Amino acid sequence: MTHSVLLVALAVLVVIAFWVGKSRALSLAGGSSRNLHSLPGYYGLLTALWCAIPALIVMAVWLLGQDAILTHLVTTSMPSTLLPVEGGSHDLLLNEIRNVVAGNVPAELARPEVVAAATEYSRLRGIADLSLTGLVLVVALFGLLIVRARVTPTLRARNAVERIVELLLLACSTIAVFVTLGIVLSVVYESLRFFHAVPVHEFLLGLDWSPQTAMRADQVGSSGAFGAVPLFLGTLMISGIAMLVAVPVGLFSAIYLAEYADRRLRSIIKPVLEVLAGIPTVVYGFFAALTVGPLLRGLGESVGLEVSSESALSAGLVMGIMIIPFISSLADDMISAVPQSLRDGAYALGATHSETIRQVVLLAALPGIVGGVLLAISRAIGETMIVVMAAGLSAKMTANPLEAVTTVTVQIVTLLTGDQEFDSPKTLAAFALGLVLFVVTLVLNVIALKVVRKYREQYE
Amino acid sequence: MSKTVAETRAQVEKSLRRRRLAELRFQAYGIAAVSIGVLFVILLFGSIIAKGAPAFRQAYVTLDVFIDPAVLYPDGIVDTELLATADYVALVRGSLKQRFAEVEGRAATRQLVELVSGSAVQNLQALVQADPKRIGTNQTLTFLADDKVDQYLKGNITRSTPEADRSLSDQQLDWVDALQAAKALELRFNKGFFTHGDSREPEQAGVWGAVVGSLYTLGVTLLLSFPVAVATAIYLEEFARRNRWTDLIEVNINNLAAVPSIVYGLLGLAMFLNVFGMPRSAPLVGGLVLALLTLPTIIIASRAALKGVPPSIREAAIGMGASPIQTVLHHVLPLAMPGMLTGTIIGMARALGETAPLLMIGMVAFIVDVPSTLSSPATVLPVQVFLWADSPERAFVERTSGAILVLLAFLVLMNATAVILRNRFERRW
Repeated sequence: MTHSVLLVALAVLVVIAFWVGKSRALSLAGGSSRNLHSLPGYYGLLTALWCAIPALIVMAVWLLGQDAILTHLVTTSMPSTLLPVEGGSHDLLLNEIRNVVAGNVPAELARPEVVAAATEYSRLRGIADLSLTGLVLVVALFGLLIVRARVTPTLRARNAVERIVELLLLACSTIAVFVTLGIVLSVVYESLRFFHAVPVHEFLLGLDWSPQTAMRADQVGSSGAFGAVPLFLGTLMISGIAMLVAVPVGLFSAIYLAEYADRRLRSIIKPVLEVLAGIPTVVYGFFAALTVGPLLRGLGESVGLEVSSESALSAGLVMGIMIIPFISSLADDMISAVPQSLRDGAYALGATHSETIRQVVLLAALPGIVGGVLLAISRAIGETMIVVMAAGLSAKMTANPLEAVTTVTVQIVTLLTGDQEFDSPKTLAAFALGLVLFVVTLVLNVIALKVVRKYREQYE
Repeated sequence: MSKTVAETRAQVEKSLRRRRLAELRFQAYGIAAVSIGVLFVILLFGSIIAKGAPAFRQAYVTLDVFIDPAVLYPDGIVDTELLATADYVALVRGSLKQRFAEVEGRAATRQLVELVSGSAVQNLQALVQADPKRIGTNQTLTFLADDKVDQYLKGNITRSTPEADRSLSDQQLDWVDALQAAKALELRFNKGFFTHGDSREPEQAGVWGAVVGSLYTLGVTLLLSFPVAVATAIYLEEFARRNRWTDLIEVNINNLAAVPSIVYGLLGLAMFLNVFGMPRSAPLVGGLVLALLTLPTIIIASRAALKGVPPSIREAAIGMGASPIQTVLHHVLPLAMPGMLTGTIIGMARALGETAPLLMIGMVAFIVDVPSTLSSPATVLPVQVFLWADSPERAFVERTSGAILVLLAFLVLMNATAVILRNRFERRW
C-alpha cells in the first residue's frame, strides 16, 4: 500500500517538475517563448523526465532486490537451531515466517523462533519501506533541481527530450529480448538443478515415469522415476491424432474456399471457421472431457471396444478441431499466393480444375503448407488445457489411442499446482519438461518460419 | 502404330469421364471438409449452450418463516449479541415442518431441511440482525433451493432412476412436487450466478469473483503491454537501423509469439514468484505474465498498422520542419492508432481466454471472496471454468457451461469492438 502512496507522491512531484521547468524557462526568456530554443513545454517535459525516470529506476531495482536481501538478513539473524540441516525444509521455514508476517497464521500458533523471525522481518521491512520512500523522493527532487538549474533560453530542450524518448523506445524494444532471456534462464537454471539429481540420459531415455518421491526413505519407490519417454510418446500420439484431423479438414477447406467457393460463401464460411481459433482452450477441454469423451465411450461400447473416459483419442480429436482454422487460414494464404499464371498454364494444357490444383497449385504451395503444418504441430505440442482436462495422468507406454495417456504439458501442470517444495526433483522435473518443450517448439518454429519466408520470397 | 482419329477420340472420351469424376470427387472432399468444420462449430456451441442455458435459471423456494423468539433467545434473555450465534436452522426447520406437518422423526426432518440451500440460514441471520424488530413476526421469504432440487426441476434427476442411484429419495421428490404444486418452488432468473463469488455449494456459486479477477488481471496486462508494445513497434518501424541488434529483436519477437503459453507460466513461477518474491494467486502477477504473453501479438499488429501509414504523411511532416519524433507522435501514430487498438483488443481477448500460465502462478486456488486489490488472491474466468469442470456435483456441469457462456460473451464483445473499430476508423490509402 505504501508503494502506491509513494507512486502518487512521485506523480505529484513530476507534475510539479513540469511546471517548474516550464515557468523557469519562460521567466528566463522574459515571458516570451520567442526567445527560447524550444517550446516552453519541452523544458517542462525535460525537467519532468529527469525527475521521474531515475526515481522509477531506483524504485524498481530496490523492489526487485528487497525480498531477497530481507530474507537473507532474517535467515542469518536466526538462531542456528532453527535452521534446517538439509536444504529441504528451508523454503518451508521461510513460508512459515511469511505466513506469520502476512497474518495468515496467528502468532499464537507459530513457534516462538518463527514469531521472532517474523517480527524481525516486519521490522526490517518497515525500515526498508521508509528508506525507499526517502531515497526515491530525494532522487526525484535532485533530478528536478539539477535540470531547473541548467535551464537556459539556449538549452536545446526539444532535442534532449527527443533523445530521451528515443532511448525509452529502444529500451521498450529490448524487453522482448529480456523476456526470451528470462524464459531461458529460469527454465535452464531449474533444469540444471534437476539434472544434478537425475542424470540427463535417464530423463530423456528412461521408460518409467512416476515422479512421486516418498516421505520416508524406506518406502517403496522412494526415489521416484523420471524417465520422460512415456510423456513424449503420449504427446506425440495426441498431436498426431490432432494432425490427422486438422490437416485434411483444414487443407481441403482451404482449397475449397480458395479455389471453388464463390465470394459470398467464402465470406460466410471463413469467419465461421475462424471462430474456432478464438475459443479459449479451456472451453475445448471442457468439450473434450464432457461431450466428446462420453460420446466416444458410448460409441466404443456399442461396437464392443473398451474406451476409457479420458482417452488420447478424445483429446486429440478436439485438439484437431482447435487447429483446423490455423491450418486452413495459413494454407489459404499460401494457395492465394500462387501466381495465376501457373494456373493459366495448366488450364492451357487441358488440365481440369482439380488436376490444376493437385498437380500445380498444391505443388507450388507445398513448402508454405509444410511450414504451416510445422507451426501447427508446435502448437499442438504446447497445448495444455485440452490435455489436462481430457487426456489423463497415467504415464503408460501404449499405442492404443483409446487408452488414457499423459503429455509433457499435463505433467508440468500436475507437478506445479498444489504445494511445492523448490528443492525436490519432483518440482524441478517440471522445469526440465518445460525446457524440452521450449526447445522443441523453438526448433519447429525456426524451421517453419524459414520455410515460409523462403516460399514467400519465391513468388514476390 | 498410328491410331485412327476415332480411336484417339474414344480413348480421350473414356479418360474424360474418369477425369470429370475425379473432379467431382475432389470438390466433394472440399465440401465435406468445410461441412465438417462448420459441423464442429455448431456441435461445440450447441453442446455448450444446451448445457449452459439452464444455469441462468435457478430453483427458489418460498417459505413462511415464523421468526420465533423462543428459538433465537432460548434462555428468554433478549440480547442482540445472541443473534450472531443463534440456531437459524431451527427456524427453517420449523417453517418446513409447519408446511409438512406429517413429517416425523429426525431422519425425515433432516431430509426435509436438505431441500433448502445452506445459504438460507445466512440470509435469515442477515435479515434478523439487520432489523431485530422482525423477531416474533411471520415473514414470507424466498431462499435458494438445494442444487439437487434444482437439478430435479430441470429434469436432470428423474423418478425413473432407481432410488438408490439418485441423490434425492422418493419422499424428498414427493415434497418437492408438493412444493411445486403449491407454487412455493419455482425456477427463476439466477441473479446469484452473476453476483456471487465461488462456493463449494453449486447453488451458491457465481462467477462475479472470477469476472472481477479477470478484469483486474486484464487491466494490469493492458497497462503494461500496450505502451511497451506500441513503443517497440514505433522503434522497430520508424527509428531502428537495420543491424544485428534489431534483427535479434525481430527474431525474438517472432519466436516469442509461438512459445507455448505454459512456458510463460514457468517464467512467472521461477522469476516473479521465487526470485522477486511476488504474491501467489495475485492478479498483479497474472497480469504481468499475460502482458509478456500478449506483447508479441500486439507488437506485430502495431507494426502492421504503422506500415500501413503511407510515407507521404511522413515526408509532408518532415518537409514542414517537424523532427522525426514529432512526425511520428503527431502524425503517424494517430493514423496508426485504430489498427493498433484493434490488435490490442485481439491480444486482450487472447489473454482473457488464457488458462495454463495462470495455473502455474497459483491462480487456481479456491477463492470465495471477490478480490479487492491487485495483490489479493483471485481467480479468473477460464480458471473458474477449469475448477468447476473438475467438480463432481451434477449441478456444476451447467454452471461450468454457464461460466463458459459468460466468457464467450466477453470475447464476442471484445472481438465485435475490434471489428467495429477496424471498419470505422481504418483508412485505406
